[in-house]
Amino acid sequence: MLNKTPLYQKHVELGALMVDFHGWLMPLQYEGIVAEHQTVRNKAGLFDVSHMGVVEVLGQSAYPFVQKLICNNLDKIQPGGAIYTPMCLETGGIIDDLIVYQLNREKFLFVVNSTNREKDFQWAQKQAAGYQVKVTDISDSVAIVAIQGPKAAIVLEGLLRRELDSLARFHFLEMDIADRKLIVARTGYTGEEGFEIIIQKEDAFWLWQRLGEFGQDFGVRPIGLGARDTLRLEKGYLLYGNDINEDTTPLEAGIGWAVDFSKEDFIGKTALAKQKQEGIKRKLVFLETIGRAIPRSGCQIKKEAEVIGIVTSGTFSPSRKKGIALAYLEAQYAVLEKIIIIDIRGKESAAKIVKVRR
Amino acid sequence: MNVLENLHYTKTHEWVKEHKNIARVGISDFAQHELTDIVFVELPSKGAELTAGKQCAVVESVKTASDIYAPVSGKVVRINDKVADAPELLNHDPYGDGWLFEIEMSNAQELNNLLSAGEYQQLMA
Repeated sequence: MLNKTPLYQKHVELGALMVDFHGWLMPLQYEGIVAEHQTVRNKAGLFDVSHMGVVEVLGQSAYPFVQKLICNNLDKIQPGGAIYTPMCLETGGIIDDLIVYQLNREKFLFVVNSTNREKDFQWAQKQAAGYQVKVTDISDSVAIVAIQGPKAAIVLEGLLRRELDSLARFHFLEMDIADRKLIVARTGYTGEEGFEIIIQKEDAFWLWQRLGEFGQDFGVRPIGLGARDTLRLEKGYLLYGNDINEDTTPLEAGIGWAVDFSKEDFIGKTALAKQKQEGIKRKLVFLETIGRAIPRSGCQIKKEAEVIGIVTSGTFSPSRKKGIALAYLEAQYAVLEKIIIIDIRGKESAAKIVKVRR
Repeated sequence: MNVLENLHYTKTHEWVKEHKNIARVGISDFAQHELTDIVFVELPSKGAELTAGKQCAVVESVKTASDIYAPVSGKVVRINDKVADAPELLNHDPYGDGWLFEIEMSNAQELNNLLSAGEYQQLMA
């Protein structure tokens, strides 16, 4: 039995090609991945991301509890602010990467990867022992719609009837529109200007419909998971399960910037501090192919007969018109501008280690 | 899905147009639709000897790479250069400008092993 989001019916009406995404029946595409990708880069697109998990943490010791769980530091934000962070095991391995929203010192929301909903919730509940907190999985009572692209703000401003210039990146507003409660956050997974909106699932249809109406004049279109992947990979954003998992650490994955060692304590701190001191043995790099062949997850990176790395995510970049990938490489080879060889279905394909264009 | 009458088909969604012992090969409308946006095509080399049923080319979409199997045996005498620069031709015109390569058949009897348009249509029903 596949899960369906509150907006499932809308996708079917729009003629989306539906696929099984880790147990969720989701739209892969409506018009085509390349067309949808360009729409987000040039205009704006609507995404149903209600498959993601939302966990609420409430209570007197919510603040220290969240600080213990996450690698990044809540002291960097205020109520109304959000922060991107890995959440690790004692080993330093990544349980999930997520965004924590601080509503106030005693109320937080974790927005987590759909594949880790259960896991993250169980983990948080388990770690809550000894803290005055209540951890609730509210995923099934909410829906999340994202609007991303250069026209996202103007469309959303039309619907909300307020300016959004004053809403900075990684900040959110709690709003009330005609008795519907919304959390409007300036966050996203595409690298474009955009917003993610959390609403009660009963209001999902209304929001999707209204954004579509306000967006009509600006060429706003619905966007599927196919384009979501090409968009995020072009910007080097990580996908849990592909690029990170419990066997990889934030330092290896290039998100060491989201680990704050100045924080007194957090789960995984000891292991990560040790790894930082000893130096990482492998590093996640961003690759751009020289030919047109497309690297895929699992492709080996070779130096003569030796395997020196592996591709974790790969796709065709509609913006660069080349193959792009994220790959782990033995640290000594992980040097910018270096050309490496990827074995793509038995053929040697050259690619260059480049900086992600953000 | 568009299925042209005068062509032969394979279970793996290739089509064959035969003319004077030359078999022109491409992928069906069904195949291009399933693949979605095609971004890269890897064709066999001119002069390559192909065996019916064996993998001989690759069509790559944004999401995945798909093997193309030779419908009949023979030598590759011509390849469609246009699809190298414009892989989207396979999506827009799979039976026309999106053709892949031509084989000089070594055994025209092999055509009898292929499906007719009707049989191919049945397969997808």
